[in-house]
Amino acid sequence: MERYILKRVLSVIPVLLVVAVVVFALIHLTAGDPAGIMLGDNATPEDIARLRAELGLDRPLITQFWIWFRNLLRGDLGDSIFLHRPVLQAIIERAEPTLMLTAMSLLVAVLIGVPTGVISAVKRNTWVDRLFLTTGLLGASIPSFWLGLGLIYVFAVNLAKLPSAGYQPIADGVWGCLRYLILPSLALGFPNSALITRITRSSMLDVLDQDYVRVARAKGLSVNKVVLKHALRNALVPILTVVGLTFATLMGGAVVTETVFNIPGVGRLVVQSVTRRDYPVIQGIVLVIASLYVFINLVVDVLYTVVDPRIKY
Amino acid sequence: MALLEVSDLRTSFTTVDGVMPAVDGVSFSLDTGKTLGIVGESGCGKSVTSLSIMRLVPNPPGKITHGTIMFDGHDLLKKSEVEMRKVRGNEIAMIFQEPMTSLNPVFTIGQQIGEAITLHQKLSSREALAKSIEMLKLVGIPSPEKRVKEYPHQMSGGMRQRVMIAMALSCHPKLLIADEPTTALDVTIQAQILELMNDLQDRLGTAIMLITHDLGVVAETADDVAVMYAGKIVEQCEADELFKSPCHPYTIGLMNSIPKIGSGARRLQVIDGVVPNPYQMPKGCRFHPRCDWAQDACRESQPELVDIGGGHLVRCWRAGEVLA
Ligand SMILES: Nc1ncnc2c1ncn2[C@@H]1O[C@H](COP(=O)(O)OP(=O)(O)O)[C@@H](O)[C@H]1O
Ligand SMILES: [Mg+2]
Repeated sequence: MERYILKRVLSVIPVLLVVAVVVFALIHLTAGDPAGIMLGDNATPEDIARLRAELGLDRPLITQFWIWFRNLLRGDLGDSIFLHRPVLQAIIERAEPTLMLTAMSLLVAVLIGVPTGVISAVKRNTWVDRLFLTTGLLGASIPSFWLGLGLIYVFAVNLAKLPSAGYQPIADGVWGCLRYLILPSLALGFPNSALITRITRSSMLDVLDQDYVRVARAKGLSVNKVVLKHALRNALVPILTVVGLTFATLMGGAVVTETVFNIPGVGRLVVQSVTRRDYPVIQGIVLVIASLYVFINLVVDVLYTVVDPRIKY
Repeated sequence: MALLEVSDLRTSFTTVDGVMPAVDGVSFSLDTGKTLGIVGESGCGKSVTSLSIMRLVPNPPGKITHGTIMFDGHDLLKKSEVEMRKVRGNEIAMIFQEPMTSLNPVFTIGQQIGEAITLHQKLSSREALAKSIEMLKLVGIPSPEKRVKEYPHQMSGGMRQRVMIAMALSCHPKLLIADEPTTALDVTIQAQILELMNDLQDRLGTAIMLITHDLGVVAETADDVAVMYAGKIVEQCEADELFKSPCHPYTIGLMNSIPKIGSGARRLQVIDGVVPNPYQMPKGCRFHPRCDWAQDACRESQPELVDIGGGHLVRCWRAGEVLA
């Protein structure tokens, strides 16, 4: 088990290397000349040349990559052009709201998706099943910004119970922080629960037809116990996979949701940095999110072995 | 009074194709400590009969529409679901055909045997573990202390069927329903499992309802036999009597398809044709399209199950004549 985990952790290194190369290449090969773009149309060629030298953009690409990569290994993602601060510091400052929003949305998606999926499977082809599937489909087709605006309209503007915008750090009180997150995480989590419902349902349907489910019933266990203990446990591998995927989707969705709810998170930083052409920040954020994604996959892989003893270490 | 007395049991499935009587008026009884063999080709309604006794027929589409199942003096069909849960696994246990898929892959052998024990006997989990080890020893699994901690995928098919038997017998049920317990196993293992079941029956006094499509299996184990065809019993009597003088053409056909060791000819005689589609049961005797002895009467109306002497029941218009 420990050896498997070690092996799996080590196998992440080449993946991260590829991620680093791709991120660098994407920014440097597609964005055009950042210096020219940053200075705008009125810049003189001399200004542009000076800025290029300042940013090190006049050196060969391979040298630039090498410098960037060496710094990266020391945890240095470079400095923001606009904020005049280290990129990593800028990201860390904005990380809490985004992580909280993503985690809460994931919680919402799982708490809606898994139970509805299980119920749909147990009550297959009844009106409950159809209701959940239709609601899920509807939810998945609603853009989360639209749902966000709807929620703001109902709960914040009309009922005036929940804050419609902004964020309060968790250090200033857990409930205060959660209050700010309820509407955004519903807006982000609900549309993303539909996929979890679908996968849970189909995975449970497979399992419920298995012989060991009937054997468990023949032992005298109640239907609920059989469903929750024997069946759900076996249906967990596909569910874990889709929950991992959803986490990644939610990090992407956070960009839009943070804008709608005016939350000062990484997503807002991305949007701002794109408008400011602050490419070191964009590069840094893409790298951090990609690494998080790789890490989530790693966690999911390790969880597989916990959930299913047949998976070889 | 018999331990189990099934009378006029009818179970049907309602699907888009209509209502299908999978079990159509079946009656039999089974005494404590005895073995009843239920024989018939695939699709005859044997499994549905056993699931009906357990009240585990999937509903929808299945439904028990008629009959009584008297077990130990009480009608199982009148019991509530909660009452049935106290019967299942405790007083009536069941083992299934597929040992490879009948155990839950994510729980250890010990957890799965212990589950029924803790449920019905209110033992602590430590006592249940000790009991699980004892049961594994009883069914002849070597080093049971080690095996309880293993997962099903670490065992062979024969071992898993032994585990299933251990699990089924762990609460000392009065009745064990074994639905094709050896069909998925190879021949030597089959013999071992049957021997084990016989041996445990002698020791524990459990009544066994042994379901199989293989008359050869029944020959070695059953006291009584019921032969089923298309949802109905077509012949029923003591096992010795059945093998000495089978009367129904279907039974005779099944007997001719038992492989006989040393009989030179390796080719088996099988009955031509297949079990009828239950949505389109043939008129008259349900077996007549496949029967070599069919007459006009057989095509016209269905024969009743009649006693031809000494409790030997046959459902055939020509039962009185010697067919073999
Ligand atoms: N869940 C079900 N839905 C519809 N039909 C079923 C179901 N289970 C069994 N049947 C039908 O009932 C009949 C008897 O099946 P079964 O009792 O399993 O036969 P066997 O004698 O091989 O055990 C078959 O025609 C089968 O198709
Ligand atoms: Mg069957």
